Amino acid sequence: MSQTLAEKFYYLMKLGREFELRCKEEYLKGNISGFLHLAVGEEAVHVGAVVGFGKGDLFCPYREHVLALARGIDPKLIMAEMFGKVTGVSKGKGGSMHLYEPRLDFYGGNAIVAAHLPHAVGAGYARKLMGEKAGVLCIFGDGATNNGTFFESLNMAALLEVPVLFLCENNQYAIGTHVSRSSYLKDLFLKARDYMPSVQVDGMDVFEVYRAVVRAKEYMEEQGKPYFIEALTYRFEGHSMADKGDYRSPRELEMFRRRDPLELLLKRSLKEGWLTEEQVRLIDQKVERLIEESIEFALNSPEPSEEELYSDLYCGVCSDVIP
Amino acid sequence: MLYREALNLALDHAMEHDHRVVLLGEDVGFYGGNYKVTEGLYAKYGAKRVIDTPIAENSIVGTAIGMAMMGLRPVAEIMTANFSMLAMDQIVNQMPKLRYMSGGKLFLPLVVRMPQGVAKQLAAQHSQSLEHFFASIPGLYVFCASDSIVAYHGLLQAIRMDDPILFLEHVLLYGLDFPFEPLESFDPFRARVLKEGRDVTVVSYLKMTHDVLKVSQWLEEKEGISCEVIDLPSLRPIDFETIYGSVKKTKRLVVVYEAPKTLGLGAEVSTRVSEELFYFLDAPPLRIAGEEVPIPYNRKLELMAIPTPEKIYTQIVQWGRRHGL
Repeated sequence: MSQTLAEKFYYLMKLGREFELRCKEEYLKGNISGFLHLAVGEEAVHVGAVVGFGKGDLFCPYREHVLALARGIDPKLIMAEMFGKVTGVSKGKGGSMHLYEPRLDFYGGNAIVAAHLPHAVGAGYARKLMGEKAGVLCIFGDGATNNGTFFESLNMAALLEVPVLFLCENNQYAIGTHVSRSSYLKDLFLKARDYMPSVQVDGMDVFEVYRAVVRAKEYMEEQGKPYFIEALTYRFEGHSMADKGDYRSPRELEMFRRRDPLELLLKRSLKEGWLTEEQVRLIDQKVERLIEESIEFALNSPEPSEEELYSDLYCGVCSDVIP
Repeated sequence: MLYREALNLALDHAMEHDHRVVLLGEDVGFYGGNYKVTEGLYAKYGAKRVIDTPIAENSIVGTAIGMAMMGLRPVAEIMTANFSMLAMDQIVNQMPKLRYMSGGKLFLPLVVRMPQGVAKQLAAQHSQSLEHFFASIPGLYVFCASDSIVAYHGLLQAIRMDDPILFLEHVLLYGLDFPFEPLESFDPFRARVLKEGRDVTVVSYLKMTHDVLKVSQWLEEKEGISCEVIDLPSLRPIDFETIYGSVKKTKRLVVVYEAPKTLGLGAEVSTRVSEELFYFLDAPPLRIAGEEVPIPYNRKLELMAIPTPEKIYTQIVQWGRRHGL
């Protein structure tokens, strides 16, 4: 079990890490533009959560490349979206912050902090009403927990008994403001404790995130009610490419880099014998190949045609169920 | 049929035929709605489909959006348009953007209903008309119902559509009785010519349409001025073709609306007409609208702040005299 999981985690986390570092390069080359938020350092939360949750709808914040990759969206389509190409997962109209794939139950990328929390509640309500059990995974940062919509959504989910897993990835910074300067409660999971079961986990340990999410999912499927997890993590890059992150001391950065979730997983997996050096080499090669393919695909994809400016604004379709 | 009954009938009809239609909002269920629009539906369809929510406007609209993404057809009620300011993120940043940003992958069959306008002495935070805000946002449709026919057919059509719709009602219309007949078909995007006329095209919507109909009779009887009265059931998009057709005939345009004059719907309609039909016009377009103030509590001041039939009558007569009518 640990062996299979370790292989899966390593592959997805390595893919996420290398994909994003390549995005950074492409941004500096001018192939990617706009806002680009990297999740380097937070991969254990994203991968552990998506794998642990399994089937169900995903609602994500704008830092969602790794989540999209972990959900199984083709890296080519994500990279093409970053390049603004019509072959992108959102036809080049969304960009880095707005990746959507309803066929994989992936509902974006939202660029307004906490705005997607009520979407998750509505989605969970709809699924439950339609007799489906899977529930919804909703991921957001520490900054979102100070927003009014956050409390509205916790209340609504608890009151209406909606199976949403609220997963707070506490990377400790809302852009440049440390969580100690933005939140009165220092342990963010306490904010949800009066509404639903709420726990705090080490977000640098992918196994710990995974196990917590599996437990949450079991609870949600049995009870049909919401659950809250705070995962403690850290982002190694700035908030976006426009942010150097120099409000953090080199010492602090170094301290967290020593707990790099990818390195931790790799060391442990080799030590426990879950992965061999050879397996790691093969995965690394596969990741490199996928990323090269995605860059090639994005570069060679066409720009949207002029008609695309006005398409997809309205669908213009009417249901004929109501006479 | 009462305006509120027409809305209720549309909701009931939709819920009866499509189990995906759900209602949500403050007091819409057990209490029956603050304007009694949803009365009886909680008892008929149960708490799972007629959902009482906390006072949390942003999350009411946000929850409805999530429901719509999953294939339900939610109709959310915001108690008044004044409170919709608390839901602006969902109405402006989410509802109109999600489909476009997803390259057409998301569908949002969603209606957000809300009443607006001046009732009687409810003061500045319960009396606003905000249609120009909403109508300025690409990706939304903005419908508004001036009588029971639009209340029923317009709302029903809005629920049938797979796009997000903001449906505006007027607080003073709920208790009014209107002639009603079920129509074979109703196109909410077409402006309605409620009265044909020769001399002036008067465009309005919601409650002002009634005041204009009343005034058009006075003008006919007392001044011999014949008005063509056009009602807009949709403010985004606006059916300019019908307006242009009418103005080509009458050569004069008046737009009447309750919101403050500046940057209101009248600015858009009269500018478009000026751009398209400048050489047809016998007079500059006239806007008759609210004053540039928050709505005051005192009844005398309140009535000074908005168009009334008397004021509409006088302003059209004076403007007509200046421009050879």
